[in-house]
Amino acid sequence: MTVLRTPPLPAVPVAVRVQDDYDVALARRLAAGLAQALGFSRTKIYRLATAVSELGTNLVMHAQGGGTLHVDHHEDGARSVITVIAEDEGPGIVDLGLALRDGYSTAGGLGGGLPGCRRLMDEFEIASEIGKGTRVVTRLWR
Amino acid sequence: MRIPILRLGNVLLTSIQADIPDDLVQDLQSSLLGQLERTGAIGVVLDITSLDVIDSYMARVLSETAAMARLMGSEVVITGMNPMVAVTLIEMGRSLEQITTALTLEQGVEKLKARLNETGSSSAGDGAHDRS
Repeated sequence: MTVLRTPPLPAVPVAVRVQDDYDVALARRLAAGLAQALGFSRTKIYRLATAVSELGTNLVMHAQGGGTLHVDHHEDGARSVITVIAEDEGPGIVDLGLALRDGYSTAGGLGGGLPGCRRLMDEFEIASEIGKGTRVVTRLWR
Repeated sequence: MRIPILRLGNVLLTSIQADIPDDLVQDLQSSLLGQLERTGAIGVVLDITSLDVIDSYMARVLSETAAMARLMGSEVVITGMNPMVAVTLIEMGRSLEQITTALTLEQGVEKLKARLNETGSSSAGDGAHDRS
């Protein structure tokens, strides 16, 4: 009989400095590992991994000098909540409404990174200041 | 590091593995197009069985590669998409427009051949066409 083993809980909170796609991959693995250890469903693990990928890619492509992805979790009643925060000191987003619209991109992407992330996660907040940077706070509930 | 591209008759086969860096995906795109030109292959089967995450960057590269190959008169078929990846893509409001997909590598090759029959000689009875 095979025993389904849950992986050990990764040490959190953790902050991953993101400058290239290797860093994005690291943050993605870390978040997915945390979700798995906390017993999130497979669908949710994939959603989380993809959302982290979008946030990380945004830091690499737009933040000029990268940014930081923070991954943490807490228990809210009987449910685990994973929080992913993407933070940068980049140029900021001029038009948040536009950045959250499907198919809009300033950096030659397909667009849809932010709106996609918003759909995948249960909670999504974004704040941006021109010349100061951008902060996206997202949460996924088990 | 490079992603190997194999040739099987008049079809090219390649696969994208998990956690592939972005520049390597770009490399793959250009070497695929180069090989299409050199070999005159009728198409490419691109297997993504082990790919766990298709974010909007990867989705864009896949769509573009397919569009470029089509412009050259060839075809890309993507095979082996993990069900969770499909769920996630739809949930985030993204689909791989205009990309031909197939469940398995084998069905992918058959789809390519069916397509060739369809566009090539008119006598082709393409039974394999609606298999997936």
